[in-house]
Amino acid sequence: MKNIWNFFKGTLVLTARGSTAYYCWVFSLLALMVIGAFAYVVQLNEGLIVTNMRNQVSWGFYISNFTFLVGVAAAAVLLVIPAYVYHWKPIKEIALLGELLAVSAIIMCLLFVTVDIGRPDRFWHLIPFVGILNFPQSLLAWDVVVLNLYLTLNLTIAVYYLYNLYYKRVPNKNFITPLLLFSIPAAISIHTVTAFLYNGLGARPFWNASILAPRFLASAFCSGPAFMILVFFLVRKFTRFQIKDEAIQKIAELIAYAMFVNLFLLGAEIFKEYYTGTVHLAPMQYLLQGLHGYNALVPWIWTAMIFNITAFLIFLIPNTRRNNTTLILGCVLIFIGVYIEKGMGLVIPGFVPDVLHEIYEYLPSGLEMVLALGIWATGLFVFTMLLRVAIPIMNGDFHVADDGVGSYIGDQMFLVKTKDKPQPGSKPGDEIAAADD
Amino acid sequence: MCNDSKCDKQAFQKSRRKVLKGLAAGIGVLALPAPDAAASVWETFFQKHFRELTRDELKKVLARLESNYSKEFGQQVSVKATPPIEGVKFGYGLDLSRCIGCRRCVYGCVTENNQSREPQIQWIRVLQLDKEKGVSLEHAKHYYNPPEVPTEGHFYMPVQCQQCENPPCTKVCPVQATWMEKDGIVVVDYNWCIGCRYCMAACPYGARHFNWAKSKLPKEELNPNTHYLGNRPRPTGVVEKCTFCIQRTREQPGRYPACEEVCPVGARKFGNLLDPKGEIRYLIENKRVFILKEDLNTQPKFFYFYAT
Repeated sequence: MKNIWNFFKGTLVLTARGSTAYYCWVFSLLALMVIGAFAYVVQLNEGLIVTNMRNQVSWGFYISNFTFLVGVAAAAVLLVIPAYVYHWKPIKEIALLGELLAVSAIIMCLLFVTVDIGRPDRFWHLIPFVGILNFPQSLLAWDVVVLNLYLTLNLTIAVYYLYNLYYKRVPNKNFITPLLLFSIPAAISIHTVTAFLYNGLGARPFWNASILAPRFLASAFCSGPAFMILVFFLVRKFTRFQIKDEAIQKIAELIAYAMFVNLFLLGAEIFKEYYTGTVHLAPMQYLLQGLHGYNALVPWIWTAMIFNITAFLIFLIPNTRRNNTTLILGCVLIFIGVYIEKGMGLVIPGFVPDVLHEIYEYLPSGLEMVLALGIWATGLFVFTMLLRVAIPIMNGDFHVADDGVGSYIGDQMFLVKTKDKPQPGSKPGDEIAAADD
Repeated sequence: MCNDSKCDKQAFQKSRRKVLKGLAAGIGVLALPAPDAAASVWETFFQKHFRELTRDELKKVLARLESNYSKEFGQQVSVKATPPIEGVKFGYGLDLSRCIGCRRCVYGCVTENNQSREPQIQWIRVLQLDKEKGVSLEHAKHYYNPPEVPTEGHFYMPVQCQQCENPPCTKVCPVQATWMEKDGIVVVDYNWCIGCRYCMAACPYGARHFNWAKSKLPKEELNPNTHYLGNRPRPTGVVEKCTFCIQRTREQPGRYPACEEVCPVGARKFGNLLDPKGEIRYLIENKRVFILKEDLNTQPKFFYFYAT
């Protein structure tokens, strides 16, 4: 279709233009991606021996990041529910940004899994009917299915919506509303399935607790929206896109509830382990106190605890919640706190002590960190590109030109410090010639 | 549960073959000037799951592997795929009252099964336990190294794959690269495993080992009598485990596993659980027997016992 091609060409032109800040940001991400790619080449040549994972701790930093990011992706639903179930307008205007975050986070998830497996060349063994996907027995097979489904779903919704907006058409409600409503159980399912992946292992008492899936969801509803609020502030500061305070406040309120549930469930887990005091206490002890002199995770998990509790208080008390400075601080604290707790804090104690009670203390190798940084950069790059297209479309700065073929680009700069003034240097009304057909 | 080979075969075989042929043809065209070496690479890449190979395809795969290994190790290497024997289910007995913790089984296993020497992979882990504490893994010492064993106040417990009848590791594999054979041995198709290590997280006995680096195995130390599902040299990035020496025990007449044969004190017993007059059945019925982590309902076919 010519329309789709013209739209696509317009987005390419759009992403190539921007302010100095935009270029700096994008090129630093690209640089990190290249470095990460080199790290991956080294890992492919040498094998996973270049990581610090070993037989005792067979999953590490990559899977920790994966687990955390599934939560971030699932959290888009916290914007979709108030927007589309309760038809609350201020959030409806920004719910799309949450879906774009979900897309970027899922892409990071898939990359983290890819770099973790020993034989990425055999990925096709996972494709149903071509390979053998062990569905429904293996929870990992379930995860493959739901993650890809969720990615497709969010991508479809976002692209369809933006494409229509670009051509100044009203999106077909009969098509998009069912998809939006379906994305709610889909979001819950990706995180539940990921929790079950750990939960279903009798060999690992630290994970084999039925509270795990609810805990996953609760923490996801903190970290993802916290990241969204930070993005909203940046978008408000650097682009012309308007985001209402009441929307941000509502999200902050929801985070406070989610964080309360998260802390409560964590407390319940800690009580059960410590009060019963069976041999299954060992991993929890390793995490919180250290075990037989091994305590690499202890400072991290306590940092996370302090961050989470502080953030909870910030979000709970109306005065600090309404103050933008403390609100931003709270979001940063939550994001870091949940990253530690739901990442390394969840994965590593499953392996320490190992099933024969050997203690191998794991911390990621330099290469693991560089590679992980590369994947984070990739995710942020994807998110930036999506925002670069989505925000001007939603602003009305990027739409089909009057001739119905070319693109109209009003916003040339994108990332500029703005106080509702038209940016210097931007030439509203710059039209790109339609393709010579 | 879908542990039988029957149901997966039916479900996947037909459609997969078509798609695979198409894919192979498509990519084959891309790699236009394909010398013999490249052809072997593509054959390896598109090799089907072990249980879906027809008899002829299996022959070809085995021949390809034999020629590759023979070239790599500079000697004639045989790769068999001996099937399970009817009416046999293997079981293992380990006499804790006899074991002296010498670790000859560990190294006998490494030699027989072609494990990587650097980094070292060992399928058997011998634990040193305190007599006062009993069988308590929390107090186990993994890297004991006295000049002489056994040492005062200690006893020893070798742990290897327990060949569970209800294996948690096979259930979790996302691509069915690991399964329990009819004779009860849990095996891995090293050419199908994607290296996700979910099975390692699921195993309660630490029996699964990953090839973190390219395995280093000196040519002169290779055991050239190999089995596809057992001791053939393993590729990087896949999981491996004890197979009760499938290359020995499935022969007729059968041979004992290497660890059983090498044990200097006769602490290790091996046999057919379905033979009511067999030694292993006698031990289970008449000695004090326990299985490791019984509460997990993995139903090991590896029995620890006290003969004296």
